[in-house]
Amino acid sequence: MSQPLPAHSAQVPVLALGDVLLVSLQGELHDGMAEQLQQDITQRISTDRMTGVVIDISGVDMVDSFLGRVLAEIASTARLLAARTVLAGMRPAVAITLVELGLTLPGLVTALDVDRAMELLNQRGS
Amino acid sequence: MQRSGQVSATSLPIGSDADLAWVRQEVRQCAAGLGFGLVQQTKLVTAASELARNTLVHGGGGRVEITPLDNGRSRGLRMSFIDDGPGIRDLELAMTDGYTTGGGLGLGLSGAKRLVHEFSVDTEPGRGTTVTAVAWVTQVPASRPGL
Ligand SMILES: Nc1ncnc2c1ncn2[C@@H]1O[C@H](COP(=O)(O)OP(=O)(O)O)[C@@H](O)[C@H]1O
Ligand SMILES: [Mg+2]
Repeated sequence: MSQPLPAHSAQVPVLALGDVLLVSLQGELHDGMAEQLQQDITQRISTDRMTGVVIDISGVDMVDSFLGRVLAEIASTARLLAARTVLAGMRPAVAITLVELGLTLPGLVTALDVDRAMELLNQRGS
Repeated sequence: MQRSGQVSATSLPIGSDADLAWVRQEVRQCAAGLGFGLVQQTKLVTAASELARNTLVHGGGGRVEITPLDNGRSRGLRMSFIDDGPGIRDLELAMTDGYTTGGGLGLGLSGAKRLVHEFSVDTEPGRGTTVTAVAWVTQVPASRPGL
């Protein structure tokens, strides 16, 4: 089988691009993994002195209230550590569903893709 | 007359967060196979994720039954989330946006209801909860009251 089974979902890649952390969420994310990710990102912001976080969710086909809350909490925690978070690449079907679910993530800065998210962080940083 | 058209009902256990991922995957595959469009698939999978998590977190675990439907005019999908946990004492309150007893966002029940066409909750304190959601394949987006 080419597709990984949900029970063995891949680790979440977290890359440092200068002082920006790029986190690429893909496929199935277990609740426990999402919470672990939240801790990892927070840790790396503080130890590696990151000033921005880009969370790429272009590979995510569903955001429910649990994942939505984790994303919002990552952004609030980053803010307390003086880093800004941009959520990049949300799929249209996910956006439509989130609004109907009642979760509009008001505190989250968004961008259409990772490039624009990086631009946004660079602009606001200067 | 309604043909129930129950080709193959699938029952999956809900006992861990890995099971939630399995439920989402099964609902996605089943919905795609029935001809649901991408947006409707996403709504169904999201509703399933919310309701399965409720079964796990609030109901103490249980199972989901996923049944393909055919009423002669369109195809649909029924999902029943079944637990024998503590039940819901005040259903009206539980269905309110933002109401939670467990530190969640309180959008699972009310939000899932908005994402499907038919929604019902059968619950009794001390005896458990069954939440059933049905969606039908629509060609044009359905306009529903409250939207
Ligand atoms: N299967 C269930 N068994 C018992 N209580 C439930 C169940 N599903 C929902 N509830 C109750 O309804 C409330 C609202 O559910 P929901 O809207 O999903 O919000 P949340 O899960 O974020 O608390 C829950 O906090 C819980 O008290
Ligand atoms: Mg819930």
